[in-house]
Amino acid sequence: MSTLQVSLYRYNPETDSAPFMQEFQVDTQGRDLMVLDVLHLAKEQDNGLAYRRSCREGVCGSDGMNMNGKNGLACITPLSEVVKGNKLTLRPLPGLPVIRDLVVDMGLFYKQYERIQPYLQNDEPAPAIERLQSPEERDKLDGLYECILCACCSTSCPSFWWNPDKFVGPAGLLQAYRFLADSRDGATRERLAELEDPFSVFRCRGIMNCVAVCPKGLNPTRAIGKIREMLLADAT
Amino acid sequence: MVTNITNFGRSGLSDWLLQRVSAVILALHSLFIVGFLLFSSGLDYAAWSGLFAQTWMRIFSLLAFISLSAHAWVGLWTVTTDYLKPTGIRIGTQLIIILAIFVFLVWGITVLWGA
Repeated sequence: MSTLQVSLYRYNPETDSAPFMQEFQVDTQGRDLMVLDVLHLAKEQDNGLAYRRSCREGVCGSDGMNMNGKNGLACITPLSEVVKGNKLTLRPLPGLPVIRDLVVDMGLFYKQYERIQPYLQNDEPAPAIERLQSPEERDKLDGLYECILCACCSTSCPSFWWNPDKFVGPAGLLQAYRFLADSRDGATRERLAELEDPFSVFRCRGIMNCVAVCPKGLNPTRAIGKIREMLLADAT
Repeated sequence: MVTNITNFGRSGLSDWLLQRVSAVILALHSLFIVGFLLFSSGLDYAAWSGLFAQTWMRIFSLLAFISLSAHAWVGLWTVTTDYLKPTGIRIGTQLIIILAIFVFLVWGITVLWGA
């Protein structure tokens, strides 16, 4: 019998006047479970517990949450990585409105993603088969396209906490650069013009929480630096 | 595109570039002053006043004062837009900061050319 002390953020706006932490004793039988498995075991004790999950293998990005103070995907985070002193505290992603328990309203996050127009734009007539890229041009998209929009980065970013309506955030900016760097995209000038104000890109202070938490090992700070370089090259 | 009218250059890009250029100028000026204090033998009022009597030092110092003013405004403007959410308090604070920077700059110029 090996019992893990789990502390869960609970909030049901229909019945609770304020959020509170609820304590659970979860029997892990000594296994190094994933955090998501621990949530399932806790839900067996209280089936009112709400959280998002889908693929349970780090592909869908549904179960981003704050585990012992650090954002990550519950499904691919083993207890051995986060638990300290046999205690696990789970909270929703910081900075976004809580709908219920560990479920947050991702509206602002998606709004910023939509703003950078995350799709190829090209006015030239389409070739008969496809728009070709050289292997070197394709290589530029590595480290950018892999983002699964779990929001772990943007919700760990203080600049996004203070101005989520104006600062695009690391996830959105990684995708902005993904399309700026794409040889097939023709809207580079228009995209840059949308980003040169003091908030959209330049509110990034290089704190690099985004890099520290990204479950896919991506580097939004580097992409933001590249966007700055492109803006500078275009405007000087 | 997010619209702003109170930041220094009306553009995030120009603010960002200005912040870096002014930082380099301030670093050079600070290093020079520290170096002068460390390596001038028999430092007294005459040596200190003689340094600032030279035109190149006044130009260098004025450049540093202007850089400091711009640097402070870009930085503090950012702080006010991060942490002061009520519009009245934010604009009021920004006006006080701008006024203080202006007074310090003019005061600095009179000190440089006054004595």
